[in-house]
Parts: sequence; structure tokens; C-alpha cells
Amino acid sequence: MNELLNNILFLPEQASTFAERVDNLHIFVVTVTMLSSLAVGTAALYFFFRYRRRTPEQLTEYVIPSVKTEFLFVSLPLIFFLTWFVIGFRDFVFVTTPPKDAMDVYVMGKQWMWKFAYPEGPNGVNVLHVPANRPVRLLITSRDVLHSFFVPAFRIKMDAVPGRYTQTWFEATKPGTYQILCTEYCGLSHSKMLGEVVVLSPEEWDAWLKEQRRGDLANRQDALADLSLAPQPARMAEQGQKVAAEVGCFKCHTVNGEPHIGPTFLGLYGRQETLQDGSAIRADEAYITQSMMDPGAHLVTGYANAMPTFQGKLTGPQTAAIVEYIKTLRTPDIRTTGASQGPVYEPIQQ
Amino acid sequence: MSPSSSSIAAEPGAVPAPGEHHDHHPSYLVDGTTVKSWLLTLDHKRIGVMYLIWVLLFFLVGGIYALVVRLELLTPGPTIVDAMTYNRAFTMHGVVMIFLFMIPAIPGAFGNFMLPLMLGAKDVAFPRLNLLSLYLLLSGAAIAIWGMLNGGMDTGWTFYTPYSTHTTTTVAPILFGAFIIGFSSIATGLNFIVTTHTMRAPGITWFRMPLFVWAMYATACIQVLATPVLGLVLLLVVGEQLFQFGIFDPARGGDPVLFQHLFWFYSHPAVYIMVLPAFGVMSEVVAAFSRKNIFGYRAVAFSSLGIAFVGFFAWGHHMFVSGQSTFNAGVFAVLTMLVGVFTAIKVFNWVGTVYKGAVDFKTPFAYFCGFLYFTVFGGMTGVAFATASLDVPWHDTYFVVAHFHFIMVGATIMAFMAALHYWFPKMFGKTYHEGWGLVSAALIILGFNATFIPQFLLGNAGMPRRYYEYPERFQTLNVASTTGATLLAFGFLITAIYLTYSLVYGEKASSNPWNSRGYEWLTESPPPTHNFIGPQPVYTDEPHFYVDREKAEVPDAV
Repeated sequence: MNELLNNILFLPEQASTFAERVDNLHIFVVTVTMLSSLAVGTAALYFFFRYRRRTPEQLTEYVIPSVKTEFLFVSLPLIFFLTWFVIGFRDFVFVTTPPKDAMDVYVMGKQWMWKFAYPEGPNGVNVLHVPANRPVRLLITSRDVLHSFFVPAFRIKMDAVPGRYTQTWFEATKPGTYQILCTEYCGLSHSKMLGEVVVLSPEEWDAWLKEQRRGDLANRQDALADLSLAPQPARMAEQGQKVAAEVGCFKCHTVNGEPHIGPTFLGLYGRQETLQDGSAIRADEAYITQSMMDPGAHLVTGYANAMPTFQGKLTGPQTAAIVEYIKTLRTPDIRTTGASQGPVYEPIQQ
Repeated sequence: MSPSSSSIAAEPGAVPAPGEHHDHHPSYLVDGTTVKSWLLTLDHKRIGVMYLIWVLLFFLVGGIYALVVRLELLTPGPTIVDAMTYNRAFTMHGVVMIFLFMIPAIPGAFGNFMLPLMLGAKDVAFPRLNLLSLYLLLSGAAIAIWGMLNGGMDTGWTFYTPYSTHTTTTVAPILFGAFIIGFSSIATGLNFIVTTHTMRAPGITWFRMPLFVWAMYATACIQVLATPVLGLVLLLVVGEQLFQFGIFDPARGGDPVLFQHLFWFYSHPAVYIMVLPAFGVMSEVVAAFSRKNIFGYRAVAFSSLGIAFVGFFAWGHHMFVSGQSTFNAGVFAVLTMLVGVFTAIKVFNWVGTVYKGAVDFKTPFAYFCGFLYFTVFGGMTGVAFATASLDVPWHDTYFVVAHFHFIMVGATIMAFMAALHYWFPKMFGKTYHEGWGLVSAALIILGFNATFIPQFLLGNAGMPRRYYEYPERFQTLNVASTTGATLLAFGFLITAIYLTYSLVYGEKASSNPWNSRGYEWLTESPPPTHNFIGPQPVYTDEPHFYVDREKAEVPDAV
């Protein structure tokens, strides 16, 4: 029955504890709306036929409602509306009050991607891994303009407001992959600001965490080895992002997977690129550095030879920082040490 | 056909029957035929007709933008325009339709024309201010359209900061245009308030005013009180963009949510600026075509004021998921529902008016049927939105788009079309073809449903609004919606053709072709320049009074 109604109403599957509560009220509200529309419509139709005009000059009786009738007109809708309100507000309090034992994830909206950071571990872009049957609190902010974090299958949504953290929470009920959409208009690629929530079963979640930790450790050992020469990779990537912005890389290269004047940086590191002469090349450190210094040397097919050389404009460490930055732009998730790239605030107090 | 003598008596002596003295009192349409006599006229009727022409033109412009948007959404990927053009198109669709059509349409065209006639007045209180408000509207429109053609704007009609202060498109001229249009709205409102207070003919007490006047009065109160807030907030956004004020930009210590509060403090009441006149029109139409006194006249009149009042306390329901406090959400949820209760009173009383009536199913009444359905369904989904938990998944999805198109656009368009047909003989002295009227009404109502019912379902499925591209699973419903929009456009096209034809070749209308007892029908069609021939009329009955005094027991009019 529930299944059927959800199909008629085109509702997505229910994948969180909140979804079921919302849908129950939804169905109640839709039923009341339909029935009352039907009642008003039927009454009106009946009157149209029953009291059709017989002669052009026909006069009518002077009918005015009794106080009782007017009272009914006011109280009937009021009772229904207040019932909806009571149920709806109880559910709203439920979804705006995360349980104390919820796991925290920081979410940052940014034109046009979602960044996730676990306080104790890895970062990710556009893919959020969470365990099933465990409450997850999202602490949401934005780097630039308003965004809104929406997972239809969970029926949750919360605006990402620059300069402040908002919060919402959910408890996913079954493993699977669910779409994240941005519902606050945020510019040119608003409709491409998509992401995924990957809900893992408890065993998968443990395995995933372990793997993340291993990645962490590997990175840390690399960092230790290079300690004398360069700062920690995470810091370097941050510097790289700054340098890239300063010298204008982002005028032609996006970081959200969308090709622009030049290829996107997202997932560039390690990608097999087809060159204009038909040969293939792996985008490693060497290739990326060469492309900065001598852009015409190995042109990727589909792009014009439009990039100026940065020979002499970028120092060695700056070049390295940009390469490190590009390395972090990986899908589906990034493994770097440290917490999120965004500012980490104290968790919101209950 | 002369109006019923029981409802009007002149002091001293009787009102000359319409048609008499015709040579000495030319209709307002032919009293001066130069271009200047139209452009500089102070006659509320000519100003109303000029408003009508302009708002119809703006409706066409907004409609073309709508079709661009709908055609683009026919396929999941790029269809006919690129993303930037699409973003500009939906922004301009909203801006043009709201500021240049929905808000001025009924008050500007029909309010201006009918309000003095219904009050037995020769004109509005401030005829020059009236002309000024038309030209303010047009100058605002000219500036906004200049902005549209020189860069356009891609923020959506809500202009949310910080996007609107960061975008590279030309925001300033369009916001400045809207700012000027706001003054036009304030001037019209002020004029109507003063006219209603001071220019009622003898016998028209507050409770004998036609319900259209009540609705215009309530609308005018909102216009005067709320529009200044919009004006200020738009100027702040322009200042923020040009001079980096830092009021809304968090990087400078501002608050982006503050903009939403200020914006919706105007824009939620603005919804009632759009629908209250529609409610007023429908009260007239339902009474005229069921030849019946309004079931609960005072309840309908007071509910207009009620909606105007609680409309000011409902803005917060636009911000349930913006991070405002849970307590706030609860307060705004309850207050918003009161609007639904007041609207329900109106709906029940309209249906009650038909009870024991004498229904003549003409084109305006067909639009009344459509209106009733859009109001009930649109209103109920509005209350559903105010139910805080349901708003969470629906917010900023196509469900919102469908909901506000049903209540704000659907109801208003139904009323606008009903008014156009109902008052067409009065305004232009010509009749239109009833058959074509009914066919196009059916087509428009059907097209409207076919456009927006799929959008309710799209919203349920989770498709966000303002999407240039969408996941493939949403395509079927989008195709259905675009098909409906095409049907709708076709319906309007037919109306445009037969009404234009009637304007030129239509049969001459009698002074009261509907046998209505509304006050505005007591003069000729089209009315003479000073509205009434002879001394000022005195009214002794309600405007919606179709009762046989001899047979029925009627309480004395108060």
C-alpha cells in the first residue's frame, strides 16, 4: 500500500529514519487535500447544474450564512491545519535535533562541488561515506555563495551559508548509493553540483576506515622522508591552491570535473590523456610540470594551444605545490593527512 | 436595458437612462482622439486601458521567456540554449511576470478602471499621481529591459545574496528598475486608499462597497506598507555590489540570511498583492453569474483584510532550512496557516454564493471554476508547505514552482481572464464570441494543469528548481510539463485573436449585457468621460443584490 502510494506520488525510496516519518505525513496531507478539493468541487458542480439559470431575468433568494455555518467554515480547516502542524512540527524538531552520539562530518559547499571532512580522518570531494544505522550529524558551511545540501532519499535538506555553520542529521537505514543535489541556485553550474552518499554496512565501513587510515599512514611516511625539503603534503597542497589561484590557473582549468578552456584538474593526476598526435601519456608529476613550463609540448586532444608558458614565473617550490594540489583533486575521495581544508570550528553545542 | 430602478436613485430626480444625451456625453474612448490626449490623460479609464495594453505586452514577454525555459527542459542535457542564457531566461521570466505583470495587472488595469465607477466617483482621488504611477512603471520597465538587453541577470527573481553581489552579470540596472516600479506600486496603493475613504457616493457605506473594492483596499494597504522595504533592500544590494557595503557579505562581516528576511518581508505579502485583487474579481464574477447576493459578504470582506494582516507575519516560512531556529520555524508555521484559514472562508462563501443561485455558465464563470480549483489545490499545498517537516524535502524543488504557479499565477490568471471577459463590454462597448471564449478557457485551464501537475510530481521526486540540466529519470515529467505549456500558450493565442477581432468587428454591447447589479454597470458601455451622466447617484442597495424585494424577506440594508 505504502509502496504503491509512493510510486503514484513519484517519491524516491525511503533510505533514512526521517524519510518514513515525512512520507506518512505527506500521504495524510495529500489525502486530506484531495478529499477536500473533491468535496468543494463536487458541491460546486452540483450547484452549477441544480441552480442553473432558467430565465435571463431570474432573481434569487436572499441567503446568508448563519453564525454556525461561518464558524464551521473557520473551524473545519483550522482543525486540519493544526493537526498537520502538530505532527509536522514534531517531525521538524526531530530532524533539527541531532542525537548526542551522532558521528560528525563537516560539509563544505563550493562552486560547484561538495567537500566532506571527518574530524578524525580523511577528506573527500563529492562522495560522502557513512555507515548504515548510525546517526550522522552534518556541519554545513559554504566557501562562496549559498548552496543547499539535499539528499532526496533521506528527505533532508539544509542550506550551506557562507560565514556560518548550519547542521542537520540523518540515520541511513540501508546500504547503497544516494544522490546529493544542490537546491539553492549558485550560478552557472548549479545543476552540475551533484554528489553521492555511499552508505556502507558496518563491516564495509570498518574496512573502509582501515583503508583510509593506511592511506594516511603512507602519506605521513612520505612526509617524514621529505621533511627536510618540503612541508607536509597537506600544507603544500594548500599553498598550491593559493598559488594556482594567484597565477590564474582557474581562469581556464576547473576543479569540478568540467572541461573549460583547458582540461579540468579534477582527477587529472594519474589520468591517461590522449594527445593530439594520437599517442597517450600518463599525467604524472613530470608531465604536469612540463605542461606548465612548455604547454605546447604535449597537447591533449580537443584543446587549443592557448596556454602561456609559466617558465620563469613560477619558482620550483611553487610548481611543486601546484602539482601537489592537483594530486589532491581526486575522485572519489582524497587521502591526505589532517582534517578538512575548510576552517574547523568547534562542534555546535547542543 | 436599463438598470433596476430599485438599486439606484438620484437626488433630485432620476438618473437619465443610458443612451439619453448620448451626443453631449461621448464615451471616454472617443473624447479626444489625439495621441497626446491619451498619453497625458488624467482619466482613470484611459489610464486603466493603457495599463492593460502594457501589462498584456509584458505578459507576452514573460511568456516567451517561460517557453524558452520549458523548451530547454525538454531534454536532460542542453537543448536550445546554453546554461548562462537559460539562467538569464528564468530570472527574467520571474522578474517580468512578477514586477511587470502579476503585481500591476489587476490593480493597474481593472482597479483603475472600475474602482471609481464602483464607488460612484468621477475619478480617483489623485488623477495626476495615477498617471505618474503608470509612467513610473514604464520607466522602471525600460531600465530593467535595458539591463536585460545589456548583459541580463542570472540570479533568479529572488536576487539572493551573496550570489547577486558576486555575479558578473548586470544586476544593478534591473534592481534599480524594480526599485522604481516599487514607487509605481506605492502610488497606486495610496491613490486607492484615499479614493475609497473619501470618494464614495452617497449610500455606499463601507458594507455596501463591492467586494472588488474591499480586495483592492486590502491590497493597497500591503502595497503602501511592504513595498518600501523591497525598495530599501534592492538599493542595499546595488550598494553592496557597486561599493562593497558589507551588509550581506560574510567576508565583510555581513549576514546573507538578513537579505532573505528583508526580501521576504516584502515578497511574501507581495503574493497577496497578486492574489487579493484576483479574489476580488472572483467575488464580483460569482455574484454576477449566479445572480445572487454574496453568501457571507462581511466574512469575505474581512478575510481580505485578514489575509493582508497575517500576510506580514508569514515570511519566515521561506527560511525553514536556512538555519533559523527551530522555534522560529514553529511560530512562522502556525502564522502561515492562518492565511489558509482566511482563504478557506472565501472559498466556502463563494461556493455558498452559488447555492440557490441562477447560474449562467459564460466564459468568466468558466474561469471562476478554474480559479476555484487552483485556489483550493494551490492553497492546500501552501498549508502543506507551512507544515515545517514537509517543507524540508520540498524546499526549492519543483514542488515549490508548481505550488506558487497554482495559487499565485493560476488563480491570478484565471481572475485576470475572467475580468477581461466580464468587463470587456463595459470597457470597450463591444461583445466577444462566447463559443471561442469557452473553448479557450477550457484550453487554458487544461494546459495549466498539464504544465504544473507534473511539476508537483517532479518536486516529490526531488528535482531542484533552476536546473539547466537534470538526471534522466526526470525527463518524462518534464516532457509532459512542456507539452502542457505549449497547450497553454495556444489557449492564450486564441484569446488574443478573438478579443482583438471583437475589439474591431464585435457587436455593440448594451450598457449591461450580463444583467449584473454591480454599480459599474449603472453607466453606459463604454462610460462617458465623467463616468455618470447627470447628478451624483445615490445607492440604496448592496452591489451584489439580486433579490426580489416584493417577495422575499430581506433585512434592511445597513
